[in-house]
Amino acid sequence: MPSQSTARDLQGNQACALGAVAAGCRFYAGYPITPSSEIAETMSVEMPRAGGVFVQMEDEIASLGAVLGASMGGAKAMTATSGPGFSLKQEHIGYGAGAEIPCVIVNVMRGGPSTGLPTRPSQGDIMQSRWGTHGDHSVIVLAPASVPEIFSETIRAFALSERLRLPVIVLYDEVIGHLVETVEIPAPGTVEVADRKWATGAAESFQPYAVTDDLVPPMARPGDGYRTHTTGLTHLESGFPTQEPECVERITRRISGKLVHHRELIESYEAAGCEDAEIVVCAIGISARAARRAVNAARAQGIKAGLFRPITLWPFPESAFKSATASARTIIVAELNAGQLVLEIERLCGGARQVESIARVDGEPIEPAEIEAKIRELSSHG
Amino acid sequence: MDEISADSFNIRDYLRLELFPHFLCPGCGHGIALRALLWAIHELGIDKNDLAIVSGIGCSGRTGAYIDANTFHVTHGRPLAFATGLALARPDLEVVVITGDGDCLAIGGNHLIHACRRNLNLTCMMLNNEVYGMTGGQASPTTSATRYTTTTQSGSIEPVFDACALAAAAGAGFVGREVTIQTPALKNLLRDAIAHKGFSFVEVLSDCTEIFGRKNDLGESPEMIMTQKSTMRPASYGVVGGNIVDEPFRATNLKTGILTRTDRPEYGAAYRAHAAGIRAARKS
Repeated sequence: MPSQSTARDLQGNQACALGAVAAGCRFYAGYPITPSSEIAETMSVEMPRAGGVFVQMEDEIASLGAVLGASMGGAKAMTATSGPGFSLKQEHIGYGAGAEIPCVIVNVMRGGPSTGLPTRPSQGDIMQSRWGTHGDHSVIVLAPASVPEIFSETIRAFALSERLRLPVIVLYDEVIGHLVETVEIPAPGTVEVADRKWATGAAESFQPYAVTDDLVPPMARPGDGYRTHTTGLTHLESGFPTQEPECVERITRRISGKLVHHRELIESYEAAGCEDAEIVVCAIGISARAARRAVNAARAQGIKAGLFRPITLWPFPESAFKSATASARTIIVAELNAGQLVLEIERLCGGARQVESIARVDGEPIEPAEIEAKIRELSSHG
Repeated sequence: MDEISADSFNIRDYLRLELFPHFLCPGCGHGIALRALLWAIHELGIDKNDLAIVSGIGCSGRTGAYIDANTFHVTHGRPLAFATGLALARPDLEVVVITGDGDCLAIGGNHLIHACRRNLNLTCMMLNNEVYGMTGGQASPTTSATRYTTTTQSGSIEPVFDACALAAAAGAGFVGREVTIQTPALKNLLRDAIAHKGFSFVEVLSDCTEIFGRKNDLGESPEMIMTQKSTMRPASYGVVGGNIVDEPFRATNLKTGILTRTDRPEYGAAYRAHAAGIRAARKS
């Protein structure tokens, strides 16, 4: 085994699988779907090697069901899919959010709706990743924009999922998923593996959903003597169902409160050249890479342009965005859909700034020149 | 002293008594099935701390919460998927699934056939009461022809599933069926099912007196249970083998007892041996 880090040329999907292994993932359940299948293929090799379990399930729903079951048993667990499969997983994402079961779900975005464009890139699941399951719920969505970042954000997804007891979604487009870049793989055992808080102390008085200071209750491991009840029904601190209005409100507010309480831990973003920018481009994934090139080209022409890239897509890094765009007159949102992220940006700007949309839906990535032209068009300089 | 519990079995040792009174209707057969299950667990000497109950949605699924064990009440139709992950990640646990005819055969049908095929060490107890009771009495995949439900108000015309034939055909290592009135026989069947290494499927013919029985004028619980008894016959009266049930896809004159028992390899052990081989080959 290498004792130092090794540089490897990896496809994005491979980097995702290897990031999961480094994060301590020891259970993978999945179902084949383009353009994410390389994650399952890599995990089918890596899991038995690492002493973990790989199982190909009968469908997308069963895959996340098995992942939740494994996580209830104490394993760090992951599944991966793409658009249609992500839709099928939504009910179980809600179960993970409500019953507070850590798990990681990867969605490699392709064109939609329905079977859509299986091999073409898209960023059409920006809103599905946030709002896909029914009811009020809390999820975290991470949006890496390079192969090394897929590796590191997958590790971070496990850490957040374990620490906060909720599903974390890793969301990237087909281009990033199939791109090959060099990743520095840390030496085995050098990545800090985050583990959830386990229940300790007397079983008789243990409350599996007690309100703790950090709003994240410790989890009871089956076999440790706690014999707790887990349910998708709205439940009391004891774990058993309730319909009492004040109890329902208390529990619902605590679960959504986790994201507010741990905002600093969760939020991550990149702001480049935003300090004096009059135009800021906001984008994720492959669109952010095109935006970076366009912003650099605009700067070379003397236009004060900047890039704001949410790495944590949801909850959206609101205050960072507001600081980064303090001097901006115009925000351009570049995305591979008919206009989803732009809705959030319009909400945050509240009419105080001009918000322009570059929304591409033809199955092709946005070219840097497209964004550069828009920057020039909107610039006071030109 | 409880008459059935002539041995040391006391059901109260296995229940969360603080949750009582329970939610089941008077006359419902699910409580008898629950008793038989806990009795079997007692006879096998399974530690409650090592027992995991995974249940789905419906009246069957709600019974799991009353068991003083590690209980997981999951999504509609998916308890076998959750249980597959749990049993693969934690082979040290005894995993028992409680499901119903709608949960297991309709929305969860795909998971059932693949759980049978995989033959992972799980026990699946399916409580068949021929109806979606919790949602108010709609037809299920086992609602007998001509029966009235809220979605078959002129009588059902759909054919029914023979769940045991389905499970056996899909490869389940152990398949059995019993009626609730034969409680000691049901206990023995569940005991053998849990002890079996592989996927065990047990269909329990339960009765929904309040909703299904009333709508179909089937009498009170004792009448419903006696009717069930009179239309079943032990498997030992017939040949078990290629023709698993004598009249497939017919809801009457079904066989009870152990219908199939094979020594097909158990998936969890097979996976662990396979993975160990991969690791050993890399070291050498």
